[in-house]
Amino acid sequence: MSELDRKTRDALGELLLAMADDEFVLGFWDSEWTGIAPILEEDVAMSSVSQDEIGHAKALYELLAGLTGEDADRIAFGRPVDAYRHAALMNHARTDWAFSIARRFLYEHADAVRLESLASSAYQPLADLAVKMRREETYHLLHFDLWLRRLAEGGEDSHARLAHAIRALWSDAQAVFAPLAGEASLIAAGILPESLEALRARWLERVTTRLEAAHLPVPAATNRPGAEGRTRHTDEFAWLHGEFTMVSGSEADATW
Amino acid sequence: MVAAAPTRESAVWAALAEISDPEIPAISLVDLGVIRGFGFEPRETGGERLTVELMPTFVGCPAIDVMRHQIGERLTDLGLADEVVVELTFAEPWTSDRITPAGREALRSSGFAPPVTIGSTFTGDSLTVLPIATCPYCASRNTTLENPFGPTLCRAIYHCADCRQPFEAFKPV
Repeated sequence: MSELDRKTRDALGELLLAMADDEFVLGFWDSEWTGIAPILEEDVAMSSVSQDEIGHAKALYELLAGLTGEDADRIAFGRPVDAYRHAALMNHARTDWAFSIARRFLYEHADAVRLESLASSAYQPLADLAVKMRREETYHLLHFDLWLRRLAEGGEDSHARLAHAIRALWSDAQAVFAPLAGEASLIAAGILPESLEALRARWLERVTTRLEAAHLPVPAATNRPGAEGRTRHTDEFAWLHGEFTMVSGSEADATW
Repeated sequence: MVAAAPTRESAVWAALAEISDPEIPAISLVDLGVIRGFGFEPRETGGERLTVELMPTFVGCPAIDVMRHQIGERLTDLGLADEVVVELTFAEPWTSDRITPAGREALRSSGFAPPVTIGSTFTGDSLTVLPIATCPYCASRNTTLENPFGPTLCRAIYHCADCRQPFEAFKPV
């Protein structure tokens, strides 16, 4: 693909930042389960999944840094709260296990749909990375599909907590597909092979099938997400931001 | 890969074969299949540059920087080029099918079940080979998957019902 014009490059930067922030913030939230997950196997699994996500974020931040000439670590850790562009789904604290599982289930399928599409992106470095990440994300999909069924069929309490969490997160989950300002130019350049709204429709189909199979209520259809789905921030996220920037913020420009 | 007379290409492969995976020292980087290739090219400033393409097993593998550093150091010591550059590449995905037969045997003899060959069956949404692993201790197939996630990103945990031994396997990916 030929040199990107300014407008397309900015739009690509916006897409990469959105994806990287999703993976980064969720990776940090779920890494909080390390040591306190309900069973030992889940300590290991959730830690490993979180490490995957933060690794994916790192690779995406590096693609972005290559595009803008910035430093990947500075993009990851050097921004104020307001400059993060994760979907509103990642604005919530980890809460209880059912809540974390519900979020992972909703996100993993959104991520799967997004990566599946980006595997044929005209921006080759992103297509290559999407192909590789998809292979790893398959493990996440299998794992959280299994947990969804396990909690749904586990008993009244786990079923109720899961149903409640799905309902509470439903609207914010749509924001993974919130429109990007430069979306039209990304589609025109083939960098984004389909609109985010088309991807959202595919995601809805996937999660609806699985929720129904697990006898979980499917929340009512929501409106198309707005751009503010990626600019809203909560006190809970501000707290997490304080946690994950604590070390890098303790001494500016320190090197390891 | 190895010519009859020693060439600098064969010297590079031999040097790379002496570097172990930092997380599973039984297997070399060459047998792990993470070296996509390398090439010598003239530099604009004079002299030659040796560029090695390194494929991460997992995108977030924390051992990758250690590998990169070790390759750079080892090849610089060889003195075959004026500069050594180790580049990460995703131009083709590393898959566990790249592990060589010698690498599979090295894994097995150090207590890791080698990954099942997945070929082109990997669709992105399913991984039907995941429940299958052969016990590296007693060769039984009577094993169960305990956890698809293990102590590192590339490992899963199984249990052998015959020798009653838990064991790790390299994940098919």
